[in-house]
Amino acid sequence: MMSLLNSIKMLSLESMRMKLNFRIIVFVAAIIFGIFFSMPSLLQTEKGAKITLGLDLQGGLHMLLGVKTEEAVDSRYTSIASSIKHYTDRNDILLDSLTPGDTAVSFVLLDSDDAPAIDELLKEMSGVKVDIKGENYRLVLTPESIIATKKMAVDQAIETIRNRLDQFGLAEPTVARQGEDKILVELPGIKSQEEEQRARELISRSAKLQMMALDEDRKMRVYTMTEAEAAKYGDIILEDAVREGEKYLIKEIPILDGSMLTDAQVSFDQNNRPIINFSLDSEGAQIFGDFTGSYVGNHLAIVLDGKVYSAPVINERIGGGSGQISGNYTVLEAQDLAIALRSGALLAPIYLMEKRSVGPSLGADSIRASMIALIGGFILVIVFMVFYYKMAGIIANIALIANLFIILAVMSLFGATLTLPGMAGIVLTVGMAVDANVIISERIRELLYQGVSLHKAIEQGYSNAMRAILDANITTLIAAIVLYAYGTGAIKGFAITISIGILASMLTAILGTHGIYEMLESKIVKSKNLALWFGVKKAA
Amino acid sequence: MEFFRYTKTYQFMEKSKIALSISLLLVVLSYVLLMTKGLNYGVDFAGGTIVQVKYTEAAPIDKMRAQLKADPVFDGATITEFGSPEEVIIRLKTSSNSVMSDIGDSAREMLKDSGDFEIRRVDIVGPKVGNELREQGMMSLLLATLGILIYVAFRFEWRFAIASIIALIHDISIALGALALFQIDVNLDVLAALLTILGYSLNDTIIVFDRIREGITESKSTDLGEVIDESITRTLARTTLTSLTTFFVVFTLFIFGGEIIHSFAFTLLVGIVVGTYSSIFVASPVLMRFGFDIKGYRARLAEKAKHHAEKERMRSQFEQGVV
Repeated sequence: MMSLLNSIKMLSLESMRMKLNFRIIVFVAAIIFGIFFSMPSLLQTEKGAKITLGLDLQGGLHMLLGVKTEEAVDSRYTSIASSIKHYTDRNDILLDSLTPGDTAVSFVLLDSDDAPAIDELLKEMSGVKVDIKGENYRLVLTPESIIATKKMAVDQAIETIRNRLDQFGLAEPTVARQGEDKILVELPGIKSQEEEQRARELISRSAKLQMMALDEDRKMRVYTMTEAEAAKYGDIILEDAVREGEKYLIKEIPILDGSMLTDAQVSFDQNNRPIINFSLDSEGAQIFGDFTGSYVGNHLAIVLDGKVYSAPVINERIGGGSGQISGNYTVLEAQDLAIALRSGALLAPIYLMEKRSVGPSLGADSIRASMIALIGGFILVIVFMVFYYKMAGIIANIALIANLFIILAVMSLFGATLTLPGMAGIVLTVGMAVDANVIISERIRELLYQGVSLHKAIEQGYSNAMRAILDANITTLIAAIVLYAYGTGAIKGFAITISIGILASMLTAILGTHGIYEMLESKIVKSKNLALWFGVKKAA
Repeated sequence: MEFFRYTKTYQFMEKSKIALSISLLLVVLSYVLLMTKGLNYGVDFAGGTIVQVKYTEAAPIDKMRAQLKADPVFDGATITEFGSPEEVIIRLKTSSNSVMSDIGDSAREMLKDSGDFEIRRVDIVGPKVGNELREQGMMSLLLATLGILIYVAFRFEWRFAIASIIALIHDISIALGALALFQIDVNLDVLAALLTILGYSLNDTIIVFDRIREGITESKSTDLGEVIDESITRTLARTTLTSLTTFFVVFTLFIFGGEIIHSFAFTLLVGIVVGTYSSIFVASPVLMRFGFDIKGYRARLAEKAKHHAEKERMRSQFEQGVV
């Protein structure tokens, strides 16, 4: 052991005089690169590209959401019915049984003299196929238009969720389309289950605001009426949002919906309870004004996500297009609702396909455990290599350490995500990266036993080992690439660290150590102590 | 330090019949286990829900069971300890598809006064996603094997490729058998471990095959069995060493890496042992049984070299203007 230490000391003293070669220059450059670019991640500095921790290590929420696109088609039919209703009301056209269905909107024209006026309206609607049999009209969306509607629903859901999350105030949320109709949502840095639930509520809230009219003629019978009976009159039964058991009989076709909303803000009523003020755009204000103007004395229901929030009597025409929603909110709930309203309604509801949520304490535990494994494994390998190969082991260890820095540096530069399987990949790389040096050292030992000169043993050892190392690493790389292509989330992280580790080990373990031997060759020859340098038996 | 002497050639092929029989037995046993016990698919592939709960003291499992009973959502839930007495996992075969409130929320509600706890992990995988992941997993194993087969056939020879694939199938089968035997949860990370075994085991096999390839052209012997024995002996130190270092790190991962990484590390441990064994005792004997006419091969090589030299000679004569 003493002689080992001595030779290390001599190494540092004489290194100035040793000849440089291109391999060592590349190797040193790689080490400098590795140390320089891994520092921001290791020291968590303010500036510089850093490795992002995966959700499984820093805690957070990962969700794969599906979009019920067929419901977007439904609501498209409802909104077509709404606009027909508004148009015919304005132009005094009488219609019978205007019903929005799942697959068509149909109505009967009572006075055939109005046909040209209806045609005028229908002509302006795009993506709709009109079927006229006498006075019976049937409007069906064209297949292209259905596809477009569905696609729109997904696009709009992504946009809306993104908007909502941006306003929610979490760092770096990810909202991305996956496949045709799936949405990936990733929220790092969620601190508690309560916060997570709040975020999920915000994301999934339809925030569909509707102004609807009460069925004034039958509203008293609401408690005795069934859904089916209501449907016969073109009505629906909705519950009160706050008072349990209270119900309203409401005309199915809404007067207007939240797509005409321009702003929603939290304010407080005279009792200091949070309410939400909203304003409508000019078209919405026009429709709202028209309706309230012609139905003074009737009730207007403000409906949010299928629940009635208030149903005041219309006292006069309401111009200006603004209104308010009051419910039993906490300030936080009111804020989230305002965010949801501002960022628009979801055209189609979303549902959960996959969810992974990891609390921050579990992430911290995982980091600690894998660090212990990494350091433990690392020390074992390093000690073992020195024990078995002596100086050659130390040289291999230098390459191994350089390898670790380079993995971190490359991951930092690409802003790659480090996951728990990724950590395992790094640990595994430590075990596998020394492989190249083991192969090379064994070849050199073998040649030394055959009695060839040191120079020849090193050169031939490297060239003999090269082919095997390449073939072996490329096959592992093939497995890693397949893993990357087919893996999801955390597993991709494993494929990334393994791949970078393999590539880096080719640089450090092959080029790097070769450079060191070239540099030290004359020293080794002079020392004549092959047992010290390669751990071979002296007798050989 | 040295594990093996270079002066001696170990006779592996003599005993290869025994080794192959043991391997065959293990593989058959693995498939029997797979048929009878079957793989224990985790939520990733089977779909379902996992809720990981950590208490500040030992988890009151009986109390938890009683409290969860009140909510029909938790029908058929199993509660098991996870790594330490404080930590438990609630497993459900069902999944909920509501974004707004899920089983994690219900669990928090139901367990409210069972003690001081924290819900640390909620995994919900819908049946559709589970199926997709399973199909993708199968596909990835197949593709990786195919990619490797093509590469080895291209770099070596078809006999080498088939021998190495047989060794791979051997390794994966036994690893799967071990997973079935110990009823390890098979999740995405286990799949990653299986794919790593593919790469790792092949790594070992290729190092040996590379030597055999070298021996076929350079060895003093022309007997395939002898060449293989020689090559295995020459690479024995390397095989042992690399397997040991890798085993060390995976073992520390297994011991210290935490409960979540447990099944991943376990699969790798099995894979490393079996993979090392198979490169010597499966891949090489199989290659030997395929047979390889070394004399013929060398004769062809010599013919080729002669032909090449002849051509060179003609060319130089032509250039010198002799012809």
